[in-house]
Amino acid sequence: MAKILMKGNEAIAEAAVRAGAVNYFAYPITPQNEVGEYLARRLPEVGGVFLQAESEVAVGNMLFGAASTGKRVFTTSSSPGISLMQEAISYMAGAQLPVVLLNIMRGGPGLGGILPAQSDYFQATKGGGHGDYRLLVLAPSTIQEAVDLTMLAFHLADKYRNPVMIIGDGMIGQMMEPVEFPDSYTEPELPPKTWAATGADGRKPQVVKSLFLDPIALEKNNILLHEKYQAMKREEIRFECYKTAPKNKILLVAYGTMARICQTAIDELEGEGISVGLFRPITCFPFPEEALYAEATKSNIETVLTIEMSMGQMVEDVERVVARQRPVKFFGRTGGIVPSPEEVIQQIKQILASGQPTKVKV
Amino acid sequence: MKQYEVTMAGFGGQGVMVAGQLLAYSGIKEGKNVVWLPSYGPEMRGGTAYCTVVISDVRIGSPIINNPTACCVFNRPSFDKFAPKVKSGGLLIVNSSLISASADRTDITQILIPANQMALEGGSVRSTNVAMLGCFIAATGIVEHKTMLKVLEEKLGAKKALLEINMNVFDAGYHFGISAVGERSHA
Repeated sequence: MAKILMKGNEAIAEAAVRAGAVNYFAYPITPQNEVGEYLARRLPEVGGVFLQAESEVAVGNMLFGAASTGKRVFTTSSSPGISLMQEAISYMAGAQLPVVLLNIMRGGPGLGGILPAQSDYFQATKGGGHGDYRLLVLAPSTIQEAVDLTMLAFHLADKYRNPVMIIGDGMIGQMMEPVEFPDSYTEPELPPKTWAATGADGRKPQVVKSLFLDPIALEKNNILLHEKYQAMKREEIRFECYKTAPKNKILLVAYGTMARICQTAIDELEGEGISVGLFRPITCFPFPEEALYAEATKSNIETVLTIEMSMGQMVEDVERVVARQRPVKFFGRTGGIVPSPEEVIQQIKQILASGQPTKVKV
Repeated sequence: MKQYEVTMAGFGGQGVMVAGQLLAYSGIKEGKNVVWLPSYGPEMRGGTAYCTVVISDVRIGSPIINNPTACCVFNRPSFDKFAPKVKSGGLLIVNSSLISASADRTDITQILIPANQMALEGGSVRSTNVAMLGCFIAATGIVEHKTMLKVLEEKLGAKKALLEINMNVFDAGYHFGISAVGERSHA
């Protein structure tokens, strides 16, 4: 199929349909409204259900119900809306339900603003809801990657019977880039959903639940979940290195759109004879620990600089992984302000000169 | 060309978003990498709406461009906001039908084009964006004239009358741009 120009939100919506999503429940919020607009028109064409719920709390529970039947379900929202779904997300993780969620992050906390941010990293990767659970978290940096990862997300959700969250910022949602959809979509075979509640005619009822009053049963469930997360760490790590080279003194770490901005900074610095590399996690959970450790502790690397559209969230994972083998520095902007390539360049030069990034003056 | 960035700015309804998209479609047609990024922040009524298009032979990094190679400004607030941001050595195209000013800069090329008037004469003031686009393409050669005509045909093909108006206005803008650049190179 030829490349077509699509807005991120619409491309993600189309990718979900092509991956077999037939139930979409959502409540509108900027900057991801084009997803719902697109699916309201598109899903009826494939016999799917588009439903605008009365609230994000309702959305979360609709996802739980529909996912229990074994159908592929999908929702999209932005930061405050995702917060409202946390109870249901925790229940779905506990009940081992496959579901795909997209968070087009905006500046917070609270109602915050509508401009791009990456300040929901903690929420996505460390919980957000209560209990011992994890989401598989994917962070695209281009619209094509958003398409590919959305289709993959449905497969991974089914493979692990676990909620998968795609995180992007307002730029991923709003910008247009050429995308290509596969002519025919095939995915590795998955086991039949023998757990799904599909009607108990002629068989014993299925029970889909996160309630285990017996402590032994609950711990067993938690261990089972934990084993799945360990399997994700073995099998699902994804990352990209950009211009990592033996002469680099600084290793940048950034994900999503921020990584693209770092790429531009790296290219421009190259013109000035300064060589810098970038490590870009594509899976934020499981975090690419081994690969990052290997890059960060190469003998030529003197400083690791993490750049985010937050006050510093992923940097805690970077610090954990680098484990004081190298100084880990941080630079970030928030509130919808996106660090420009020029700002990134200035921070890199500052570190090369003095070992420290400069503080943001507002 | 390695990479070219252009910001199209005006007020809501002037077609700046569509102008950017038409350019992006043309870029894809010529096998280039493109990114189209709209402004979606809070704006007051009568304020500026803008989009930035990056066209590149190489992988595109930052979609955010603070200092573009070129700006097409459709109204006065956009002129005030974006004229100072054009990269040195870059291009500023000013819709002189609505902006009675030119930037106080000698480090950039400026073209003042009466785009509204041109569109009116061509049949519809709503084609102002296409006049600006024609001028931009003539002045930069960023995509070919015929590629843009093909894109217009694809997008408006079903509406023959509208297509004819837009093709005429595009041509008028294009020829205006050619002669403006020509004059500059002879000067």
